[in-house]
Amino acid sequence: MIEGPRLPWLDATIVGITPITHRVKSFRLAVTFDRPAVAGQHVEIRLTAPDGYRAQRSYSIASAPSRDGTIELMVEGLPKGEVSGFFDGVAEVGDTLELRGPIGGAFVWRPEDGGPLLLVGGGSGVVPLLAMLRHRAAAAPHIPALLIYSVRAADEVLVQDELVRRAETEPGFDLMLNLTGDGGRRIDAALIGEALERLGAPRHTFICGANPFVGAASDLLVEAGLDPRTIRTERFGG
Amino acid sequence: MSTRGFTGRRPPETTRVRLPPGQSLTEDFPVLQIGPNPRIDLDTWRFTLRAGSRPLKSWSWAEFGALPRTRWSGDIHCVTQWSKFDTAWEGVSVDDLLADAGVDAPTAFALAEGYDDYTTNVPFADLTDGRAMVATHYDGAPITSDHGGPARLLVPHLYFWKSAKWLKGLRFTQKDEGGFWEMRGYHMYGDPWREQRFTGD
Repeated sequence: MIEGPRLPWLDATIVGITPITHRVKSFRLAVTFDRPAVAGQHVEIRLTAPDGYRAQRSYSIASAPSRDGTIELMVEGLPKGEVSGFFDGVAEVGDTLELRGPIGGAFVWRPEDGGPLLLVGGGSGVVPLLAMLRHRAAAAPHIPALLIYSVRAADEVLVQDELVRRAETEPGFDLMLNLTGDGGRRIDAALIGEALERLGAPRHTFICGANPFVGAASDLLVEAGLDPRTIRTERFGG
Repeated sequence: MSTRGFTGRRPPETTRVRLPPGQSLTEDFPVLQIGPNPRIDLDTWRFTLRAGSRPLKSWSWAEFGALPRTRWSGDIHCVTQWSKFDTAWEGVSVDDLLADAGVDAPTAFALAEGYDDYTTNVPFADLTDGRAMVATHYDGAPITSDHGGPARLLVPHLYFWKSAKWLKGLRFTQKDEGGFWEMRGYHMYGDPWREQRFTGD
């Protein structure tokens, strides 16, 4: 048997809210985990109504693992979303909610895992990859990394300024921003080929996004010759 | 303590009684897996029962297709907090596999093994007496690769990470050996009604 302490529910207080795009907001939460986080992990959020009814959802952590006692989440305000709707329309700085984590031991990257590191994100699937990029810059800037970031429209790109600045100022980090809407293209073999040429053979690949995107990207990468065992995927939506 | 300003959208009572704690109903069928879909050729596909490293019986796709068929319909629950109701599966029960192999009760535990090298542990008692099958069909059609086809384990009374996709065999083990997720902080048993998501739950 594997023994261990139960992953506890913790109180987390919202200490900052920043709009990222017209639909996505960043939430900084003050919370102290009882175990170290790894880039790529997620948390569970639990909201409780006055009558005790609860709703529970998972969100990827956007911030690099740190000891400053905060994490950053990015939440898209979906009109029908029970929990995302709360984040979008109700949550304010000073509110406290319940959270447990950090969770996940497969879609994670540690500096000692090495590189080159290929990150492939579709839409808000870039969030856990952002945690890896931020961690790489802080802890292992010598490791080459390339982010393919595929988004429908320019106004949906999350933290574009940060990504462009990192690509311009961080040696060894390369950004391929791909817009799919309005005459753009979906990721294809040519784009994957270019990424592999620019980065070199990746030691680890992480793909995150909606299901069809992740399926297409992982098939393309396996067809391009990558060892499937070096590719990790995380998907959301049906 | 309640969350300021949160009222929630309660599902109807008929839905709520079927949802284990912390779960929400989905109409989609989300796909979760650790890596790319493995390429599986039915001409070389095999399913093998082992006791430790010793093979007990192995079936080709054609031989597997000749085994008695089992159907199950009901609700499934994923540890990522979605549940899906009234899913319909068809395949070969583990009971029928054991009978065809002429094996009774090899050990108290088993590891399900996938073509993608994924593993997950399930007690023997949870695989037998009609509680589990190796499913080949979902909703009347062959299971797609995204959902673990050509054959996946179905143990619907446990969280769905136990229902290993792209199944290539069951290995009976003397001890309860954790699989891929169980070695990474997930619960050894995974009963959704007791909300056994993570170690210690």
